[in-house]
Order: sequence, then C-alpha cells, then structure tokens
Amino acid sequence: MSSRPLVLAVDLDGSGAHPAAWRAGSDAPDAVLDPAVLRRRVLAAENGGFTLVTLDDALTTTQATVSSGAVAARLDGVVRAAFVSQLTTRVGLAPRVDPRGAEPFHLAAQLASLDIASLGRAGWVVGDADQPGLADAIDRVVPELPADRELEVADVVRTVRRLWDSWEDDAVIKDVATGRYVDRDRIHDVAVTTPTFAVAGASITPRPPQGHVVVIAPDTVLDPAAADVSLVGGADVAEVVERAVAARGAGAPRVLADVEVLLDADTSCAARLAALDADAEWTPTDALRFVGSPFGLLLLAEQLAEAVDGIRLHPAVVGTDLPVLTRFVLPRLFATRIARAPRLAQTLRGALDLPRPENVFTQEEAA
Amino acid sequence: MSASARPPDRDHPITRPTATVHLGVFFQGVNHHTVWSDPRSGSQTDFSSFRRLAETAERGLFDAFFLGEGLRLRETNGALHDLDVVGRPDAITQLSALAAVTSRIGLVATQNTTYNDPADLARRLASLDVLSGGRAAWNVVTTDNAWTGANFRRGGYLDHADRYVRAAEFVRAARAIWDSFADDAIATTTREPSWSRPGAITPVAFSGATVSTHVTPTVPRSPQGHPVIFQAGDSPAGRTFAAEHADVIFSAHGSDLDDALAFARDVRRRVAAAGRPRDDVKILPGTSFVLGDTEAEARELATWLVREQISGATALSILSHIWGEDLSQLDPDGPLPGHDPAPRELSRTRGTGAAQGDPAGLARRLRSHAEELGLSIREAVIATDRRPAFVGTPSSVADRLVRFVRTGAVDGFNVSPWLVPDGLDEVVDRLVPELQERAAYPTEYVGTTLREHLGLRSSRDVHGARDAIQRTVVGA
Repeated sequence: MSSRPLVLAVDLDGSGAHPAAWRAGSDAPDAVLDPAVLRRRVLAAENGGFTLVTLDDALTTTQATVSSGAVAARLDGVVRAAFVSQLTTRVGLAPRVDPRGAEPFHLAAQLASLDIASLGRAGWVVGDADQPGLADAIDRVVPELPADRELEVADVVRTVRRLWDSWEDDAVIKDVATGRYVDRDRIHDVAVTTPTFAVAGASITPRPPQGHVVVIAPDTVLDPAAADVSLVGGADVAEVVERAVAARGAGAPRVLADVEVLLDADTSCAARLAALDADAEWTPTDALRFVGSPFGLLLLAEQLAEAVDGIRLHPAVVGTDLPVLTRFVLPRLFATRIARAPRLAQTLRGALDLPRPENVFTQEEAA
Repeated sequence: MSASARPPDRDHPITRPTATVHLGVFFQGVNHHTVWSDPRSGSQTDFSSFRRLAETAERGLFDAFFLGEGLRLRETNGALHDLDVVGRPDAITQLSALAAVTSRIGLVATQNTTYNDPADLARRLASLDVLSGGRAAWNVVTTDNAWTGANFRRGGYLDHADRYVRAAEFVRAARAIWDSFADDAIATTTREPSWSRPGAITPVAFSGATVSTHVTPTVPRSPQGHPVIFQAGDSPAGRTFAAEHADVIFSAHGSDLDDALAFARDVRRRVAAAGRPRDDVKILPGTSFVLGDTEAEARELATWLVREQISGATALSILSHIWGEDLSQLDPDGPLPGHDPAPRELSRTRGTGAAQGDPAGLARRLRSHAEELGLSIREAVIATDRRPAFVGTPSSVADRLVRFVRTGAVDGFNVSPWLVPDGLDEVVDRLVPELQERAAYPTEYVGTTLREHLGLRSSRDVHGARDAIQRTVVGA
C-alpha cells in the first residue's frame, strides 16, 4: 500500500495506442514526424500536471506493420526527448531504448547528455521488444534466446549505471594553480566484462545531475530491484495489483501501472472504439485497458492507488484523449489528492521521491 | 581597405571575385587550445554554454554549429590527461536539444563509422535532420585502434587498412536507409486506405565486406534530402573518401595560402576523378581568430593566448607524450631532455588532436627550434604548436579571409573559439560586419536548410537516381 499521492505519466509516441489513431484526430497523417506537434503535445502534458512523458520507440519497423496500413514512421526517442527538453521546464522525459540494439558506452552518454540538458529530468524506459528484424538490422550478433536476452538487458543496465558513476560528482576541479581541470582520482575505469561485451574506460560525459538517469522498466523485462521504477500491466485490476505487490516485494523502489485509456469525448467511448476498431484491430497488450468515462478513470486510479506509486497512461488517440485527461481527469485527481503534480525545479527523481544514488566507486573506496 | 584595392598578386589570382565566406563554429573542447582557466570562461559542461555559442553563431549567420566526438578519455602514458577540458556531451543528443532553440543554423555531429551501427546511427542522424527541418550534418570520422575499441562491443576489430572501406560502405548503407521512403510515401488525408502507400517504403538490404544490415527504416527524408556529409581525414585515403562521398571537407589547411591552394587543387582533382563537378565539395578548414584594435594589440593578445594554452605543465605533458615517459618533473623553463625518445609508434591514447607521427622526428623538430633560438622546453613547445591562424584587426583579418576564399583556396572556415561560451562574440560583432562591408558575407539567411546555406546541390541530384527512376515510372 502506498501512502503518497500517485504520480502520473503519459506515453506520447506517435498518434496513440490504438493502431487506427492516426485517422481519428484532426492532425494530418504525417503529424507523427512534426516537431510542432511533438512540442504542442509535450507542453500540454506538462501544463496538465503529468510528472513524466515517455516516448516509445523501436529501431526498425516490419514489413507486416507497413503493409497492415499502420503508422510506419517514428523518430529516434532520445532525439525527440532532447528536442523537447528545451521547450519544457518540469516534466520528466523518458525515451525508450532497447539494450540489445544499443552500444552501452554511447547509450550512457546519450542519456547523461539528456539529463544535463534537461537539468535532471531524464528517464530511460528499458525495452526489449520481440521485434522480428532487430537482429537483421544490427550489424553484429544480437542475443536472441530468451535467457540470453534477459542477461543482456541486465548487463547493459548495470554497465550504463556504472558508466554514469565513472565520474564522481566533483571530478571537475578547475584547479588553476596546478593546471588540473579534473582530479583524475575521481574518474574511474568501469572495467565491465560480460558474455557479450566489455567496456574498459570511463564515460565521455560527466555524471548526470540526477546521479543516475531514472531507470524505468517493465517487470517482464528487468528484475524490479535493478530498476528505479518497475512498470506492471495486467488483464484486470486484480492482476495489476498482484504484479505490483510482487514487484515491490522483489525490491522495486517505485511501481507504475501501465493503463491504456479510451475516454468519452465529443462522442461516447463506445462509439469511438467501434469506429477505431472498424479500421484496425486493437490487439491486447500487457497494459490494463480502460474504455469509459473520465469519472470511471478516477475510480480506477483511486483503486490502483492502493497498490502502485503511479500510473502511466497510454491514450488511445493522443489528439483526443490527452485533452480529456488534462481537462477532466488530472484536475480531479489533484483536487482530491489522489495524485500529485511535479513542482518547479524538481528533478525527475525528486518528483518520484527517489533518492539520488550513491556512486558505486566512492562506495567501493569507502569499503 | 578592401582586398580588391590591393595590387594584384600574380601568384594568387582572384578566380572567384564574388565568392562569399562561409563560417561554422567548432566547439572542440578537449584540447589545450580551450583556455578553461581564464576567469571569463564558463562551464564546459552546462547546456547553457552550448546554447550561448549556438545562438551567437546564429546571430552571426553562421552556416553550422559543429560538435566533436569522444570515444575514450585521453591519457598520457597510461594516466588520464587532466590538464585540458575533459568530458563532452553526446553530439546528436546535444544538437537535438539545440535544434529546439535555434531555427536556421546547421547542426553537425562528428560520428565515427567504426564503433557505430549503421541502422542506428543513420536513424539518429535522420531524426535530427527531420526535427531540425533539414539542418543536420554528419562529420564522418574513422578510427581503428584497440585502445578506443575497448569501450565498444566489437573491440578493436577493424584493421587500419579497412577503416575507409568500412566508412564508405557505412555511408552507402546510410544513404540507402535515408532513401527508403518515397517522397509521396505517407498518406495526405486520414481517409486514405493505409498510412503509407503500398510499396513506397523500401526495405534496405545492404551486404558489403564490412557492413551488413537488413532493415525497414522508419524515418523519411528531411527538407534537405540527406544530412550533409562532412569529412575531416587528411590521409590520401581520407581525401579520396571525401572526394567520393562528402559534401564538405573539414581540413587542416587554412592558415597558409599556398598550402591551402595546394590542398584545394588536390581535392578538386580527386573530386573530378570521382566523376563529380570540381566544386562539388566545399572546403572549410578549422581555424581560430585573435582580433585586436590594432595589429600590435592583436599580436600581443596572441602571444598571451599561446602562453595560456601551453602552461609549463602542458608543455611537459606534451613532452611526456612524445618521449613516452613521465617527464613532468623537469623544469619547463629549462632545456629539453638530453636523450632521444625510444623508437616506437606514438601512443594513440592522447587523442586525434595530439602530435602525430614519428617521436624521433617530433623530438628533432623541438630540438632544432630550441637550439637555433635558445628556447626552453615551454618556449620550444609553444614555437612548434599550432598558432592562431588569423591575428589582426577585424579589417585586416577580413581582407585575408576574403583573399583565401576568392583565390579558391577555401570556401570558408570552421572557427574554434578559445573561450567558452563568449569566445565567438567578437567574431560575430566585429569580423562579420567587416566581411559584410566587403560584400563577402550574407546579410540574412536566405534558405532554411544547411544544404541551402552551403550552396550544395540537393542530395537527390547527387544520390537520388533510384528515386528519379521511380518517379519517372509513376509519372509515365
């Protein structure tokens, strides 16, 4: 059971969680690539009081997706997050990056740079898609067996955290008297060796302002204890609660429930769903799905608040459901103190009430 | 006085009397040319410093803002090099943030082809290009040493001889990825049967000797088609690579006019041999400026600057790198070591900006300067270091820049400010107006894309043959 009010996150990738979402809003089909649309939506989420915007992503798409008639374009998540970092002031920004497609050294620098540019608002949604084609796209051997994949994800997360720690917070000393810009004793080789890769030296980028960028991962992808925020889904509320309890029991510092939402808008949710489903089938995902009224969503949030620290919402149609959320749902959740909004000048860790992590290298020295 | 008022110089004829100077800014950071110790220096890490420089450059109508790349922190004889600025942001991430607060300036990311993945890097560059409205560029660099490779999944896997083989295949794969969407691939209304027109997104299957990728890309072309390609390698292989693949050469030949003209002739010969128009590749050498109210004041400032850049400790550190042993206990104001460096390959751990070549030759060069002029260690290192290329009043420097451009030696310059973040202010406030007075610099941005700023042909004219064929078929 959680005592603090909920934090609210929203995924703003593409046109929405429903595959026919690109038809439903007032935006043109290529709005998923439009920097002005991205800016508008992230600002709407920030102004509405969301603590976190996540940006789902994948390196490649599939011919099956293309030929199904669904949206087949998407810009890199870290690039999008960095772009909006300068247009926002308090909302957290977490792009999804799948470790198997990434170079750990580059990934650590990218996310640290996002954290520096956003003054401590960066997160990382760790993904591991069952994406046919990733192994073909990447120009090296990519682990594909389930056990190897799990190990690889854990190893990359551990390595990236170590790279963030490779600079102590006060490594830059600018000692004019001795001419030393850094104290080399405060910068450490990470010296990681795993079955599939090794990283020798320190990061190229100084330690991020949050110490570690907030690591957010589904409980199905990463051991909840290795994450800062564990994401749980489920077919019904009981399963979400059960998985939240399990994640917390396994050591998750924070747990967020993934919930897809399709709400009453100008037309009823049922009519909207029927129209969308007529265009494309909305296959179930791991997230809990809610189709109903804003009031119904308030009740669901209240129910979930017993078990989780927050909710990540996936609007079925961003252009339609996001305004309903910010106008009719979030204000009620804040008014009733079921949920809370971030304050100005808070880091994402601060807004999630997560401690700033100790540096593993200074801990090793102290031991 | 403007350049045209001078007596004609028969050795350096003006071949392009109306050519204008292109300027870029290179935020280099991690070397001794950035004077971090000056009280006027700001943070080398904070985003606000990068933003300040980019905004100043955009105010000065620069074509491009340029970031370097770091793959491993520099070392001297196994110890982290602590005297220069250390640490930098990931280039594409930082430029994506800068794209939101700038509107015209080009955004150039240095990215190597050895320790990146083609499908991933091509997509990140294309994403920056689309988000910035066609302002992205990629400075293609190669590396191959095992010490750098130890930070990456594949280690030091690539032979030195193969580095440009990989680079060329990598660029070809990237261009294929950038061309995967036909220009009319995406539905224009929400009532069309599918989001993308059937057959309009072409999967890429690239198999070369060093690059293999099969991918269905997710990013269409930007308003400038492809990101602009920069290239910076100076070896014969690097120059040939540039002639075949690059739009811009970021050269090291921009301080001596004869040297710059010889370089330009060599590059244009290679460009023509690659079957391209001779002026298809723009030449933008790296440089730095020291400006003063008088020539004497500028010279005095330059003398002060090089002494700030090469402290006694820095001189000894450069010596330790060349000799391959710790010489930090020597007196920088005393004589050079009496013994020669042991014969060996110079370590690669000091980074690409450090002295390159044969240690014995470098030591000989230092010694001949020292003996001839009676110089100490520090003075000898200063005498052999790269000096600011253009020192003078804004007016005299402008004359020389225009001369470099109008003789056809260069198309412009990539300026590295030695003070961060205010080091570009003087260039923009004092030098740019002098260039404008000579009708050798724009007075506003005319286009919106980097290709337009640089006067480059559209990537489609150069590389879009496949699409031209597709369009013909569709149009027929």
